[in-house]
Amino acid sequence: MSDTPSLALDGQTPTPPGPLPMHNESGSKWMITIFLEWFGDLGIFAWRVLRAAVTPPFEFRELYRQLDEIGSKSLPLVALAGAAIGAVLAMESMESMTRFGARSLLPSALVYSVVHEIGPIITALVVSGRVGAGIGAELASMKVTEQIDAIEASAVNPYRLLAATRILACILMLPLLTLASDLCGLVMGWAALALVEPLSFHQFITSGFRGSDFNDLLPPTFKTAIFGLIIGTVSCYQGMRTGGGAAGVGRAATSSVVLSSLFVILADVVLVKLIIIFFP
Amino acid sequence: MTTIANIPNKSQAVQASSVPAIAVDNVFKSFGDQKVLIGVSLTVGRGETLAVLGRSGSGKSVLLRLIIGLQSPDSGSVRIQGSDIAGLSLDQLGVYREKMGFLFQHSALYDSLTLEQNVAFPLLHHNSGMSASELSDRVQQLLKEVGMEGHLDKMPANISGGMQKRVGLARALALGPEILLLDEPTAGLDPISASEIDDLVLKLQTEHHMASIVVTHDLYSAKTIADRLILLHGGKVAVEGTFQDLQDSHDDFAREFLKHS
Repeated sequence: MSDTPSLALDGQTPTPPGPLPMHNESGSKWMITIFLEWFGDLGIFAWRVLRAAVTPPFEFRELYRQLDEIGSKSLPLVALAGAAIGAVLAMESMESMTRFGARSLLPSALVYSVVHEIGPIITALVVSGRVGAGIGAELASMKVTEQIDAIEASAVNPYRLLAATRILACILMLPLLTLASDLCGLVMGWAALALVEPLSFHQFITSGFRGSDFNDLLPPTFKTAIFGLIIGTVSCYQGMRTGGGAAGVGRAATSSVVLSSLFVILADVVLVKLIIIFFP
Repeated sequence: MTTIANIPNKSQAVQASSVPAIAVDNVFKSFGDQKVLIGVSLTVGRGETLAVLGRSGSGKSVLLRLIIGLQSPDSGSVRIQGSDIAGLSLDQLGVYREKMGFLFQHSALYDSLTLEQNVAFPLLHHNSGMSASELSDRVQQLLKEVGMEGHLDKMPANISGGMQKRVGLARALALGPEILLLDEPTAGLDPISASEIDDLVLKLQTEHHMASIVVTHDLYSAKTIADRLILLHGGKVAVEGTFQDLQDSHDDFAREFLKHS
């Protein structure tokens, strides 16, 4: 069944890598092999999910559930994180920009920082922690208790039901959560400034967005859809390929968070450069 | 005392058919260096029940997983109602899986769903035209069939192993399968629960007339519910035939197996 099934690429629990060879050269080869195998399997997994996602039947009921699980239930955490970062950024910037005689640029600097970078990356990292761990642990638990096999045995495509819905929900919800995080960050940033000197929210926003256009808002916000793709794909993959009982579930949850956070940060480097090039 | 020899044999008419419901031909399967199945072949006709016996780790469950396509053979073929399932995509395999019910060894109930939702799961995904009341009626009928009516809202974690097997069986029967695969249906159960499960399987097979494969360690269970059996040893079929053939076998492993059962 070359074309199919199995979640560990042949229905088997993937063999965990052996102990790290002590010799430096063979150790490097071992690392490269593991790295390439992981990416190769991730690519095959992503292809299967993509193929399942674009062919009927579509799992709208599960997608709706995941939108709620990933979006609505992450909102308080994301809003709180965004608000806290906005306040901290305002307080820190106030001090430094006053020192350099640029206090009047404070609203613009705050808006720029929050909308361009802080809001998107904080949102992605918070979602990566909450949702990535949740997806990784849930799917890994289902894998080791044969629940994913039971889904397959019921003639339901687990790539479509479990992976595609979660990944799509991450892609759709990340930009919306980022907007919420941005808003909370700006409100708390304004509040932190307004405590020191009188400044209405209208003045803050008008001054902050002066000279800005949609190119300053949309690309940084929508780049988080890519972060959602990374978080969803990596977490589903880590969960569905796991093996080894309770320890395997723990490893899947941890690795989902660590790897998705890492890849989000690395992807951000590339995306920022692309945004600078294509949306100057 | 009841012994294996004086348990009455199952008396179920076996429908003859030119195309077997399940045909496994010369299948090999290895995991790394470990050869699990070495040239195993078997056929199961419509309405027939085959018991697969053998020691733990002899490849019995792997054989079932090959038949339902959860794993693929290294070589050899698995045919369902005459069609080779090798090389099929998940969605293509789904066409055959809709005709099969699978009871997992540990039931594999969805632990975040109630018993009602567990049984409704295959129906929801394959009977989109079914109304909510029809769905509810069908689920209740299935749970009643396995003696689990009145437990609709319970979670799998809150019921016993025997009850989980019953619900697993109801879920396996949800789509009205023509083939039933049972992986250790009585494993881990007390003798009374095991006997109840045997009776239930026998009743279902009589009523629904499915082709079945039952993987078990339990000779009593095998003799109660199966028409034929195979005994796996060292990845190969050591004995194939009726229960009497097993008792008459001169194979050393078969004798050893019977002696300790």
